[in-house]
Amino acid sequence: MTLASLDRISPRKGRLSHTTVFWMVFAVIMALLVIAPFVLPVFWLKFLTEILIWGLLAMSSDLLLGYTGLISFGHSVFFGLGMYGAAGALLHSHPANLWLAILCGLAGAGGAALFVAYFSTRLRDVYFAITTLIFAQIFYVIIFTWTSVTGGENGLIFSRPHFAIPFLVDFKFDRYTMHWFVLALVAGSYVLLRRITRSPFGMVLQSIRENEARTRAIGYPVDRYKIVAVMLSGLFAGLAGVLYAVQNEFAAPDFVFFITSGDTIIFNVMGGIGTLVGPIVGAGFFQLLRELLSRLFGDQFPYLIPVGMVFIVMIIFLPQGLMGWARRWLNQ
Amino acid sequence: MDAIAHFFGAIPFELLLIQTVNGIVTGMILALVASGLTLIFGIMDVVNFAHGELFMIGAYIGVVVLATTGNFWLALVISTLLVGLLGAAMQILTLRPLIGRDPLTTILATFGISLILQNYALWQFGPTSRKLPEPITSSFTLFYLQYPWYRIVITVISAAIIGSFWAFLKYSKFGVWIRATTQDRVMAQAMGIPVPWVYTGVFALGAAMAGASGMLFGPLGSINHTMGLDWVLKAFIVVVVGGMGNLGGSIVAAIFISLLEAYAAIWVSPAQAVIVSFIVLILTLLFRPTGLFVSISK
Repeated sequence: MTLASLDRISPRKGRLSHTTVFWMVFAVIMALLVIAPFVLPVFWLKFLTEILIWGLLAMSSDLLLGYTGLISFGHSVFFGLGMYGAAGALLHSHPANLWLAILCGLAGAGGAALFVAYFSTRLRDVYFAITTLIFAQIFYVIIFTWTSVTGGENGLIFSRPHFAIPFLVDFKFDRYTMHWFVLALVAGSYVLLRRITRSPFGMVLQSIRENEARTRAIGYPVDRYKIVAVMLSGLFAGLAGVLYAVQNEFAAPDFVFFITSGDTIIFNVMGGIGTLVGPIVGAGFFQLLRELLSRLFGDQFPYLIPVGMVFIVMIIFLPQGLMGWARRWLNQ
Repeated sequence: MDAIAHFFGAIPFELLLIQTVNGIVTGMILALVASGLTLIFGIMDVVNFAHGELFMIGAYIGVVVLATTGNFWLALVISTLLVGLLGAAMQILTLRPLIGRDPLTTILATFGISLILQNYALWQFGPTSRKLPEPITSSFTLFYLQYPWYRIVITVISAAIIGSFWAFLKYSKFGVWIRATTQDRVMAQAMGIPVPWVYTGVFALGAAMAGASGMLFGPLGSINHTMGLDWVLKAFIVVVVGGMGNLGGSIVAAIFISLLEAYAAIWVSPAQAVIVSFIVLILTLLFRPTGLFVSISK
């Protein structure tokens, strides 16, 4: 709402530069999200925190889908390895260290992303979707069957670490601080991703999306750009995995299954690819739709049938997604 | 050296032969799935992520028709036709509006369809697996095994479908249209070929092949709403290894990969034997990214 109204005002005012308006809107939305824990009941607060985490995952995927023109079905792997990396670090460090968990999660996701990227970018873009899907299955089979390390079907359960900065603070996460912690990291990631997509590097990615052959002809090492893009995307997806693991205190193989990647793609398409904000909106829209459908028709209702129909209708009639109208403004 | 010789000497020759037969049987079903997939890709430039779900729906239609009519072969024909129709409807409703858009949108659309079909099957038939009885229960002796004739029959039927499809592409009028559209769709349109209907027909054909293979495979395994994923993944590996859009290469690759998995199953569990096809895929991507069998028939 805020975005819409300000967008309408901005051209009329004229005096305020685009950047000022952008950061003002950003600040307003941040302020709303910061005070959300005081307003929302317990259930909806957790709901919102999870939307932020899914939004981060979706944003990471948007770097590939919206800016580079690659459909990744491998984000479940990066997300899942972030979860398992964090779980491993939390189970083996005493006392459990949050920062170590983030580091291990990022290392796991980054490693997997490098591996997947190296093989998947060797073929033209249509194959990228196929090979990442196959790699998602490979990692799923490995994690599912390697019971001694990953806990197999049951996954790993641990307790939430303290938020600790040596000599400064050390406290246990409650629902308020958890929300703020997630919000801080997601907002930081957004700013960073926005910076990346507007950098010369991001411009090259967009040029690959628009015309790969020409970009190659100009002399850019397209494959290397793609590999770096997949790795960056994987790192942010891994961060989302770490946050999800810390919030829910478990790591489970279900999240490595490609269904997670599929959801991520749905978030992106619904919200609007190539906007970074859209995927978060899409994640919220998807989760709200799911919640609404299961409240109306019961838990057993196959909510993915109507969601899938909405998804296809949106691809055909609203390819820009919910936030498509703001795409130019957001990327300016 | 001695150890290696001993290792291979320890495999009984009979087992190797049995696994060869098994590999060819699954290889032919896989070839049927993959040739539908590669046909759709080669002509329409659409990667059909819903192909495994069409396979699954084929098997489920078989279950329903068999329960009402009791005739397996009738069920095979009906499920092939119905899945073909479903494919045509899918193409008209979702893919036709996307012609001329970024090919990536078609991947998204078919992914959406696969979600709908999979959840529909889960909703309609529940999470418990169904079984299809084998229509031919007799068997013959293969060394120490009673090998079911039905498996041999599947192989022959699959080969017959692929063969007649090949002949159809080569000699029928519609086949000529399809090949003309593959070569140059604008020119084909200019010559009066109804390209949009060629697309619909091709999609229906590919879907029908998936449906038939789902029905044929039904009696060999259990039927559930997630069975499509295994097959579509294998079919994807096959089309990458065989060279996407290359029918001959896909068939060779399907049999090659199924044989390798069958041999691997001598030493490891079938679930782990899947890893072998992953390794083949990775090696292919490393050394021959355009496909191992591109030189075979184009």
